[in-house]
Amino acid sequence: MSILVHAGTKVVIQGLGSAGKFHAGTMLEYGTRVVAAAHPGKGGERWGQVPLFDTVAQAVEATGADAACIFVPAGGAADAILEAADAGIPLVVCITEGIPILDMVKVKHRLDPRRTTLIGPNCPGVITPGACKLGIMPASIHRPGRVGVLSRSGTLTYEAVDQLTRLGIGQSTCIGLGGDPVKGLDFVEGLELFEQDPGTDGVVLIGEIGGQSEEAAARWLAERPRKPVVAFIAGATAPPGRRMGHAGAIIAGGKGTAAEKVEAFRAAGVRVVMSPAEIGVGMQAALAGK
Amino acid sequence: MKIHEFQAKELLARFGVPVPRARVVSSPEEAEAAARELGAGQVVVKAQIHAGGRGKAGGVKVVDSPAAARALAERLLGRPLVTHQSGPRGQVVRRLLVEQGLGIARELYAGLVLDRERAQVALIASAEGGVEIEEVARRSPEKILRVHAHPITGLMPYQCRQLAFRLGLGKEQVTQAVALFTALQRAFLELDASLVEVNPLVVTREGQLVALDAKVNFDDNGLFRHKELAALRDEEQEEPAEVEASRHDLSYVRLDGDIGCMVNGAGLAMATMDIIKLYGGEPANFLDVGGGTDAKRVEAAFKIILSDPSVKAILVNIFGGIVRCDTIAQGVVAAVREVGIRVPLVVRLQGTKQAEGRDLIQASGLDIIAAETMQQAAEAAVAAVGRRA
Repeated sequence: MSILVHAGTKVVIQGLGSAGKFHAGTMLEYGTRVVAAAHPGKGGERWGQVPLFDTVAQAVEATGADAACIFVPAGGAADAILEAADAGIPLVVCITEGIPILDMVKVKHRLDPRRTTLIGPNCPGVITPGACKLGIMPASIHRPGRVGVLSRSGTLTYEAVDQLTRLGIGQSTCIGLGGDPVKGLDFVEGLELFEQDPGTDGVVLIGEIGGQSEEAAARWLAERPRKPVVAFIAGATAPPGRRMGHAGAIIAGGKGTAAEKVEAFRAAGVRVVMSPAEIGVGMQAALAGK
Repeated sequence: MKIHEFQAKELLARFGVPVPRARVVSSPEEAEAAARELGAGQVVVKAQIHAGGRGKAGGVKVVDSPAAARALAERLLGRPLVTHQSGPRGQVVRRLLVEQGLGIARELYAGLVLDRERAQVALIASAEGGVEIEEVARRSPEKILRVHAHPITGLMPYQCRQLAFRLGLGKEQVTQAVALFTALQRAFLELDASLVEVNPLVVTREGQLVALDAKVNFDDNGLFRHKELAALRDEEQEEPAEVEASRHDLSYVRLDGDIGCMVNGAGLAMATMDIIKLYGGEPANFLDVGGGTDAKRVEAAFKIILSDPSVKAILVNIFGGIVRCDTIAQGVVAAVREVGIRVPLVVRLQGTKQAEGRDLIQASGLDIIAAETMQQAAEAAVAAVGRRA
């Protein structure tokens, strides 16, 4: 079992530029069912085995695609997200980095969360190891298994997954939530999905400075009996007021520090590791009930 | 992106925000002439730097005569002004804003920011103007008033009125406040701002609302659709290494420590800084070389780290996914060959093409400490600067 994506997930690619082609290629190699790509003006043509359509709606109608993966450049990404949502696609993953924040404010209010789950933007995507890779993460580090991963980061997630895999701990599904201040799926919704998934025994949560998502997750976790969660928060040494790479990774007005987030998790009884090198062993201990 | 106060006021004035009459000057002679031109009585001379806290640092002063304006300009211009936000080296004052003095009855605060949790723009106001809003929030959070702009309607007049009445403004000023708040919001939305702040927003003795100080920051992600704003950037106000980094599309933030870091990915870069600290070291910088980087960018990144004289060791931490370790290794070797290196270099390459990357570094004959894990890498870097945990 897994959440969000599985072996039957049928993917339409939006934005088949060089990056889109490269990553769609690695998705196909992994066995992901990339059934269509939307490319205005190239409907009827093919990219390799993949049929192209002028619009996402046509792609959905012809192929039954039920997930979208967006590589459209920042200026057109909000449009692409809403095109996918309006075509009835229930899962939209937006990899694009650098989308204007006010564009995402509009998208967030326009999406109906009961019909569309948005992952990202500015994220590596979602993978259910051995079944479906929907994004840009390196496939080789993942192993099928029973630990879920939720993270605001890209490469730090790979680091954590690699630690898990080396310890023999496979993953049910790994989700990169993205580094932007306004985004789709957040920790609480991800935790709810993993909690309900019989194929997941525990969750690794990787947060970072900025915003209140970790605090919200801590409140949610404090309120119920649940599967073991191990958290790491990046940015304990980040100076206030400076954007640390991600648009969302900024301590603004003294709020959103790593210390506050660590404290919130600890108060909720969540195991927090202070070293990024101990995420894997932290999960190992949590699963063993230590 | 940050801009100067005078630029922020010019922009906001275009949207209908009332600002004091003023001149921007860059010499003592111009300061004197501007003070004379603005008429009899007091003028305010304000140093134009990007950092806040100018008043306390002596960068904002009221003077009584054109001669005094000139004398003050002589003291301020061409010198760095150190404030609690500027960093210890301060920021150089190249321009002054000479403004008409106003009789002030009240000082308020008004600002627009993104409320991340609600995914809406929020208008924040307080009857306590002239102090940092963070300080008010800490001391007396009940004094912070807030309304949200729905993306469909924006701020409605009733919301602005509500805020204005709660600020204790009179009937006359409430009408002005509604127009002013609405103008601030239009500026925020139309310019893709990340902050529009008027602090203080004053009520003059004549009952007029005026933006006495103004700050506008832009969402870097939105700049591509406002080409005209690029001209407002003042690179001299930024850390030179950060300017150089932005030219190469690198994300770099200079810090106070002595272990230079080069990492791919923002989260891993932060985590690398954290683990250095955990083992008793101090990171000299945050540097994310990005997801789809090439050898040229790695080379540029490496040179930026090497240009920092406080760096006593360098830690390269790469988790290769899309970025290949051999690409990183090529860039590192090329940069070291070109500019030389006098400090220990610790390299940890993990992931895609790690064996090839490690071979390249081995074959280069350079004196490089190889590490397998993040922990080993951090320990080695901290040991290299002689500060064991």
